[in-house]
Amino acid sequence: MSTFLGIDYPTWWFLVVGGLFSGYAILDGFDLGAGAWHLFFRKEQSRRIALNAVGPVWDGNEVWLVIGGGALFAGFPVVYATMFSAMYIPFMLFLAFLIFRAVSIEFRSKEPMKWWRQMWDVSYSVASIMLAFLLGVVLGNVLQGAAIGPDLEFQSSWLDFINPYAIMVGITTVALFMMHGAIYLLLKTEGRLFAKLTILLKRGIIFFILTFVITSFYTLIYIPHLSDDFKSHPELFFIPVLAFLSIANLPRLASKRKYRQAFLFSSLTVSLLLILVAIELYPVLILSTVDPANNITIYNAASSDKSLGIMLTIAAIGGPLVAIYTIFVYKTFAGKVKLDDTSY
Amino acid sequence: MDVEILSRIQFAFTVSFHYIYPPLSIGLGLLMVIMEGLYLRTKDPVYEKMTRFWTKIFALTFGIGVATGIVMEFEFGTNWATYSRYVGDVFGSALAAEGIFAFALESGFLGILLFGWNRVSPRVHFIATLGVFLGSMFSAVWIVVANSWQQTPAGFQIVGEGMQARAEITDFWAMVFNPSSMDRLMHVWVGAFLAGAFLVLSVHAYYILKGRYVELSKQAFKIALVAATVFSLSQLATGHKSADGVAVNQPAKLAALEGHFDSLAVADMYLFGWVDKEEQEVTGLKIPGGLSFLTHWDFDTPVRGLNSFPEDERPTALNAIFQFYHLMVAIGMILILLTVYASFQWWRGKLFDQKWLLWIFVFAVLLPQIANQVGWFSAEMGRQPWVVYGLLRTSDALSKVVTANQVLFSLIMFFFIYLILFALFIYLLTKKIQHGPYDEEMEDDRPQQREMAEIFK
Ligand code: HDD
Ligand code: HEM
Ligand code: HEM
Repeated sequence: MSTFLGIDYPTWWFLVVGGLFSGYAILDGFDLGAGAWHLFFRKEQSRRIALNAVGPVWDGNEVWLVIGGGALFAGFPVVYATMFSAMYIPFMLFLAFLIFRAVSIEFRSKEPMKWWRQMWDVSYSVASIMLAFLLGVVLGNVLQGAAIGPDLEFQSSWLDFINPYAIMVGITTVALFMMHGAIYLLLKTEGRLFAKLTILLKRGIIFFILTFVITSFYTLIYIPHLSDDFKSHPELFFIPVLAFLSIANLPRLASKRKYRQAFLFSSLTVSLLLILVAIELYPVLILSTVDPANNITIYNAASSDKSLGIMLTIAAIGGPLVAIYTIFVYKTFAGKVKLDDTSY
Repeated sequence: MDVEILSRIQFAFTVSFHYIYPPLSIGLGLLMVIMEGLYLRTKDPVYEKMTRFWTKIFALTFGIGVATGIVMEFEFGTNWATYSRYVGDVFGSALAAEGIFAFALESGFLGILLFGWNRVSPRVHFIATLGVFLGSMFSAVWIVVANSWQQTPAGFQIVGEGMQARAEITDFWAMVFNPSSMDRLMHVWVGAFLAGAFLVLSVHAYYILKGRYVELSKQAFKIALVAATVFSLSQLATGHKSADGVAVNQPAKLAALEGHFDSLAVADMYLFGWVDKEEQEVTGLKIPGGLSFLTHWDFDTPVRGLNSFPEDERPTALNAIFQFYHLMVAIGMILILLTVYASFQWWRGKLFDQKWLLWIFVFAVLLPQIANQVGWFSAEMGRQPWVVYGLLRTSDALSKVVTANQVLFSLIMFFFIYLILFALFIYLLTKKIQHGPYDEEMEDDRPQQREMAEIFK
């Protein structure tokens, strides 16, 4: 098996995929979150501003999902095939919401009629919430494991995926993104809307902390295998500790109105939580609840070393390029939203 | 209906719908680069107006293209799980490259292209336009490379047996430059340029006929006409190259395209016709020995026919493949006639005098779209029964755990969503066209109005 810096290729690719999904969660997280709040804004002007705060960036954010999905397909085709075909219906619904959300952003402000705008506002907000929820449901099921048979195929009904734990993780994800999104909107707005958001953010933080605590206890009590890695490697304990500190810091920063820092910390929270997930899983990607021998791991699911090597090279060249123009775009649109003739 | 046929219908439906939009984005991208380039050079505001107008339409096609593209990426995993396991190792690098080099470039700069007019200098804006255009060109590269690998696999080895078998990459560049990829890429690119150019021609012909924005429209029409003429002619060449490649690499497909049954005989070429699969004959207008001539430059050289392939290695929908292919070629010829004739009138200085010609251009926008669709249909149906030519059968490529009811559900769901999408697209497109390049309602742009807007926030 080829290695680079002493780490084998499948592990590197696991890091790449993990990085892409974290990037996705941080970036699309705030615009899904912003969308989830949308109906809380009553005034037409506020809704337009909120929409235009994500206007120039949501598409770029969603590309992280496209690339992350591509990276999973490329590096771990077995996971891609097994997971996507097993969760057929949830993924199809996910696609439907993704389309509705994109279309709502695009079409909402194209017509002045009240019913038209109301319709797209609802569709935008519901789709944003459902997308966050379904992402959480998928994550919850990955954490829990699934009935994987000896041929590495799923061998039960897709209804299994709708279970209390997955739903809880789904709700927690919605809460996390809503908190994250509210902070983003605070950075992009001023005046009355800004004032309203400061209140909404407080509720968002409470909502998140509540769901997070429930989910954590649920995990510790009912899914003990997830804490195994931490029992065998106590030194890894600093990650959950950091995650807790970072979450605890959020109400403090919010009450001090340091929203820029708060945004950094909510982003950090998102990524720490995903790092936690990654550590809990590694090297298993989908745990088989039937027989540990059927676990899908980064080794039995990976593409060949040759293929991974090529893709790592592509990632090494492409990554910095993407970073450069992402920064450039965010710089161009930094600051508060100003509506003009190019706005939605 | 079984899972196989439903999944095939669903994939064909979703990808065909997707493929309405990317060619428009790629083609409009090219024209926007030209228009904005002319603006930078001449500083003539008419070009800026033009570019801004088309940017808005571009935003529409692009948005729908993005929304529908993700569907297919997911479908590889949801509906074609065995296929994904089989090709993942090879395909992966192409798709990874697509994501990183193409989509990220495109969507990153898209924000500046659409919303950056008042924020960045004209030069930077031009770079953004160029970035989006190049990004969309690259998207086509990787996805066509991946598809071409399915048509003519290269640079790989098979490991494992039976249902566990999969292709592993051995040579990246051999995979990228597989025997059909470059020919097909050129053909697809040019097809996309034609789709964009004809949309521009159509809209501006309409304005000229209605006496609106006439000066601007005449200039835009000429720009697009140059592009359309050049690309109609080049499409003949790239199409011919593709056909040459098919003759070498996929002889069963070639035979299906022309309805050539005899195992080994001189092959005719049909201008149009009807294939009778049972009787194994084609009735129609033919050039005797035409296909032999095109593939071997000789009217008397025999060509392998369908009967020389085992029954279960021949495409089945023979008449459909034949009709789709001939429709594409016929449209190619019509486009050449139309654009060359219009260019000739331009040269005589009479381009805008003939109303009927402009009316033809108003409706000709459909032709490249149809050709693009039927081109893919003939290429993909001609590849059957293989998903990966000669290696993996379509019937083996499915997801084992997905049931017919699930696919039926998603198929119906997509049908309705896309119906709505399409209706909205047509509605908004018409609206933008009615509205025109001059923003009569652009009061928002006047400084004092902006301040007012600020105060009311
Ligand atoms: C990278 C892969 C790829 C790309 C770029 C395309 N396709 Fe494809 N196509 C497939 C990969 C594929 C496939 C997954 O391999 C399918 C599914 C079932 C099959 O036999 O091949 C397929 C089937 C398929 C069928 C059904 C054929 C049949 O079942 O008889 C049609 C009509 C199309 N495609 C049309 C298109 C169009 C209009 C495309 C242009 C956008 C296109 N394909 C691009
Ligand atoms: C099965 C085949 C295909 C898949 C899986 C696929 C996948 C995708 C995805 C995921 C997106 C959205 C990217 C984003 O979020 O920005 C997209 C958009 C796009 N695709 Fe496809 N695509 C396919 C076929 C094609 C083909 C054949 C072309 C070639 C011309 C093409 C050209 C584009 C372009 C230019 C875009 C950008 C959006 C637009 O301009 O409309 N795609 N595609
Ligand atoms: C002028 C005469 C033309 C000829 C001889 C021709 C030839 C071909 C051939 C042989 C293929 C199959 C290639 C394969 O299966 O690998 C093909 C596919 C295709 N054609 Fe054409 N074509 C012509 C015109 C056009 C026009 C005008 C358009 C669109 C504006 C077009 C769009 C396509 C597309 C999108 C495909 C599918 C992609 C591909 O396989 O390359 N063609 N063409």
